[in-house]
Amino acid sequence: MIPAAFDYIRAGSAEEALAALAEHGDEAKLLAGGHSLLPLMKLRLATPAVLVDIGRLDDLSYINDAGDHLAIGALTRHRDVETSALVQSQVGLLAEATSHVGDPQVRHRGTIGGSIAHGDPASDLPSVMLAMRATLVARGPGGEREIAIDDFFTGFLETALGDDELLTEIRVPKMPDATWGFQKFNRRAQDWAIVGVSAIVNNGNSGVGLVNMDSIPVRAAGVEAALAGGASASDAAEAAAEGTNPPSDLNAGPEYREHLARVLTRRALEAAGR
Amino acid sequence: MEVTVTINGDSHSHDVEPRTLLVHYIRDVVGLTGTNIGCDTSSCGACTIHVNGESVKSCTMLAVQADGQDLLTIEGLADGDVLHPMQESFRQCHALQCGYCTPGMVMAAVSLLDENPDPTEREVRIGLEGNLCRCTGYHNIVKAVLHCAEASS
Repeated sequence: MIPAAFDYIRAGSAEEALAALAEHGDEAKLLAGGHSLLPLMKLRLATPAVLVDIGRLDDLSYINDAGDHLAIGALTRHRDVETSALVQSQVGLLAEATSHVGDPQVRHRGTIGGSIAHGDPASDLPSVMLAMRATLVARGPGGEREIAIDDFFTGFLETALGDDELLTEIRVPKMPDATWGFQKFNRRAQDWAIVGVSAIVNNGNSGVGLVNMDSIPVRAAGVEAALAGGASASDAAEAAAEGTNPPSDLNAGPEYREHLARVLTRRALEAAGR
Repeated sequence: MEVTVTINGDSHSHDVEPRTLLVHYIRDVVGLTGTNIGCDTSSCGACTIHVNGESVKSCTMLAVQADGQDLLTIEGLADGDVLHPMQESFRQCHALQCGYCTPGMVMAAVSLLDENPDPTEREVRIGLEGNLCRCTGYHNIVKAVLHCAEASS
């Protein structure tokens, strides 16, 4: 399978990437590690006229301790996130979930920013970002702006990023003492999650993000509210599918996904010590 | 677009269409056909090569993305007639049946041991999750990787 023809621009800097986006608008797509975009292009489900390759913007590949949060460059590869001592000690849920993204080859190429900006509800990392209440930083022609994760996912494979904006940084609150659980249910080792759950408990506050339970990555708000009200893990988990609209595919229908969401949420919360 | 890559120590330059996949470039343009195409959807791992020393699925990378990079394919693994220790271990442990997945499996296994020189059996199985063997010959493949790790330690 070969993608449809496109023009290729290799950006040497974030500024060059933004200039290319400004020129080509919604005809252009950003290419980072390519492990979400290229498969879609090979299936001709995506046919951008212009690919702007940002894969060499090494200055957007970093993991920094920024006081109350970790600042992770959007082009940091999954492999580097997964093996970072800083990520493991400060935001362990992210390290764990990242180690379940695809397979080693995929994690050598795929990037945290690419995965989040793709906005796929079946991806693992958006659920972590929701659970940990991350903040995203986008750069556009007017400068930088912060986007709360709850405002980021706007539709199926659609995000709050403008056509002329570049996701540059992911800010994840440091939670060295948090307890957490990550559950991913699939039929084969490297498959997308049929349903997945990220749960974290930090100083009595909880966050629960769901994988593949709606057309966008969603938070299990009902579970969080129940936990805040003092419910047990198993009682709170009963609310896991509330307000969701799970997809139906050859792996599972909505009812089975709702069942999985409840079971996996309970397991994730129990792993988090609730 | 002009692409220059180093493959198995040799420099190659060609003018390619931007949409050319790296695996097609390696097989059809450079003529190194040891790297197989299996699923073509980044699931099976048959096309695994090394890019700058790390395993990558070459069906999910554009040739233009590899410009200036250092690539290693299965043809570059042996030292002349002397097999790489991983190839030798695959031979010793009978870790192949039809052989189709083998080049990718070997390249993934070498990368795995580079990152984790002394893996447990479970770590080998998880580390090779990106490679499928449709003969289902996993048992001996895992044995070969463990054998290679032991022989190298």
